[in-house]
Amino acid sequence: MDPENQGRIKSTVERYGTDDLVVVLGAADLEGLEMVAETVTEGDPSYVGPLAGVQLGLPVVHIFEDDLREQVDPAIYDERIGFVELAVDSDAVKATMKKLRGEE
Amino acid sequence: MDLKGKKVIALGERDSVSGEAIADCVRTAGADVVMIETECFV
Repeated sequence: MDPENQGRIKSTVERYGTDDLVVVLGAADLEGLEMVAETVTEGDPSYVGPLAGVQLGLPVVHIFEDDLREQVDPAIYDERIGFVELAVDSDAVKATMKKLRGEE
Repeated sequence: MDLKGKKVIALGERDSVSGEAIADCVRTAGADVVMIETECFV
């Protein structure tokens, strides 16, 4: 993850704390997903950014996941997400998210 | 996970769902979006 974005996340955590913070991802690139999820939980795997060695342990979910989708206005979801979801392998994304959270 | 009242960091991807699109969606679920970013992995 871009070091500048790592810095913004670190500042956001310092400002709001971790109790109510959730990271919602939108990537369909599986390697990218893993990298981002690891960065906001275990720390920057490349050890170059501000989150190197910083275990934030933030909860990580994906906008494609049913649990989230059910809470979103369906019209907005279809307008903003629907066409992307059809164009990518959303099942692989969901499976990757479960694996990253140790749910399978 | 119940999004209502949560503070959300929306991290999108340029070639998939953008951070802005994530933010628009989670706001309808009652979440407070505190950071929006769209990454590029390539």
